[in-house]
Amino acid sequence: MILAATGPEIAFWGFAVVAGIAGFFVVGSRNVVHAALYLVGVLGSVGAIYIVLGAEFVGWVQILIYVGAIVVLLLFGIMLTKAPIGGVALDNNQRPVAFIVAATTFGGLTWIIWRTFGGTRIRLSPTRTAQIGNSLFTHFVLPFEAVSVLLLAALVGAIVLARRD
Amino acid sequence: MNLAWPLTLGALLFSIGVYGVLARRNAVLVLMSIELMLNAVNVNLVAFSTWIRETIAIGQIFALFVITIAAAEVGIGLAIVLLIFRNRETINIDEIDLLKW
Amino acid sequence: MIDGIDVLIMVIKVLVVFGFLLVSVLLTIWAERRIVALMQQRIGPNRVGPFGVLQGLADGIKLFFKEDVTPTNVDRSVYFLAPVAALLPAFLAFAVVPVGRGFHIGHRVITLHLVDLNVGILFFLAMGSLMVYGIVLAGWSSGSTYPLLGAVRSTAQMISYEIGMGLSVVSVVLWSGTLSTSGIVDAQSGTWFGFVPRWFIIPQLPALVMFLLGGLAETNRAPFDLPEAETELVGGYHTEYTGIKFAMFFLAEYLHVITTSALVVTLFLGGWRGPNILPFLGPLLFVGYFLAKLGLVIFLFMWARATIPRIRYDRLMHLGWKVLIPASLVWTMITAAMVVLPQEVNRTTLIVVVGIVFEVALIVWLARLTTTALRRGRLRRGDSHVV
Repeated sequence: MILAATGPEIAFWGFAVVAGIAGFFVVGSRNVVHAALYLVGVLGSVGAIYIVLGAEFVGWVQILIYVGAIVVLLLFGIMLTKAPIGGVALDNNQRPVAFIVAATTFGGLTWIIWRTFGGTRIRLSPTRTAQIGNSLFTHFVLPFEAVSVLLLAALVGAIVLARRD
Repeated sequence: MNLAWPLTLGALLFSIGVYGVLARRNAVLVLMSIELMLNAVNVNLVAFSTWIRETIAIGQIFALFVITIAAAEVGIGLAIVLLIFRNRETINIDEIDLLKW
Repeated sequence: MIDGIDVLIMVIKVLVVFGFLLVSVLLTIWAERRIVALMQQRIGPNRVGPFGVLQGLADGIKLFFKEDVTPTNVDRSVYFLAPVAALLPAFLAFAVVPVGRGFHIGHRVITLHLVDLNVGILFFLAMGSLMVYGIVLAGWSSGSTYPLLGAVRSTAQMISYEIGMGLSVVSVVLWSGTLSTSGIVDAQSGTWFGFVPRWFIIPQLPALVMFLLGGLAETNRAPFDLPEAETELVGGYHTEYTGIKFAMFFLAEYLHVITTSALVVTLFLGGWRGPNILPFLGPLLFVGYFLAKLGLVIFLFMWARATIPRIRYDRLMHLGWKVLIPASLVWTMITAAMVVLPQEVNRTTLIVVVGIVFEVALIVWLARLTTTALRRGRLRRGDSHVV
């Protein structure tokens, strides 16, 4: 590892460590609400990493949508189901198997990544938001429309599923 | 910065998500683990976007799409969880075994 | 490059903004109590200091020295985290608001703006969406029924109104063509016919109305104060909080009002812009304009609180999902269509006309909603499931 790290690299490392540790607590916590809060930690740090990597727009969208809406929705679900929040076993009896699978996945992926991209350097510079907008509404306008239809379908589907009648 | 580091972070988050999906029995916690895995994919997309640096920012666009789809997925997922809770009074996925006997 | 003096300037700016926000919260609390009292033919606080202006400070000191009670049933770490989670985003959100024209000291440009993000509006919305955590965590960690009910109400309310509020911001962003707050203020410079300022309140009046509605709901202010509705939920999410931690929630609520008002000023009322009638004041004049407009918008919040009774929960959801979101979607579409009109069409005149029609239609719709609700009288049983 190079000792002369630049500012963005230090920032990346800080947020990456926070994201990793909080990630472990998400799957290890014995309390559902605490797990959701650790998830906020992961998502927020990942958002900050996007900004460090130059994706300013994606970073703030991550905070706005993931932290501000998705996790709040999850908390809402936790409170609404009034299911036991802590104390009872939140894990099933597959933990050893799950651990082996996860460790193998991580080991395999890391091996492949370092073999393939071990020497690749990236230059960090911000992407202009206008560039993303232009590209979204010219090159990707069809996927964009498809996603909007998908969101509409999800909205209708969620209402149909959750309403009492 | 070395491209491999963000990718390794992605791999780590993905593996944590895999562990969570396999080991958790509370449906909301499984949803959270899926979010972790989706985020790991996004880290990779943004990192590659920074590496390739093409003008259409394809990686970031797809990260946005993934975020949108994650929102839709959580909405539907929670609706299903609510429905299951209403009918079965539990959201432990190993007790939801109506199709087994 | 950044040198020591830049860092020093930044630190001074942060301290000034911090102090400004604290003082303005105290003043807002006092002004609200006086104004609401005036509207209700009472006197209001008039003992501490001239006209009672130090009442907020006195209350703050009292709360600070009160015994800090921690109930036994709470989830400790989250219980302590919640007030901080409420306060922090409210402070941070103010960072992107430009409060005055930049000026020179020597060859150094000093902008009256903490950070000028390219995506300032997005930052503000993100901070607004983080506000809900304070309330949710407080309600959940208290381990008590009323706070939990307040928290559940608050999540549903915030998520619902965020969409309408965000969409009304989107139409302003489309009209000005930038996501940066200073860019939006710059887009509102100049005048029509030499005396009408080019503020977005004129072409974007419907967006302003929808933003104010959403803002009232997001800040949990009357008539949308269901998360803390005293008559229904004791104190709502902060029932179990006392002393300094309660004071932090109080502070956060008023801070949120101030930052939301500051954004209204930035988006719709031309920010710090105004005629330069007193040139000898220099940049101070523009800060004065900003503060005057800010006070006006905060007054609107107080006025709404004194006038409108609390809305019922099912009507709140109805208003959010069936009125605000469709209306803001339609308005965003209209704005987008106007933006891509060919150059020879006078799009400003067109959007003002369309905006007035839209506004009248919206008000008629809201009025019909209210009258039909009144005519129906008592709610049918099973019609609403109050959460």
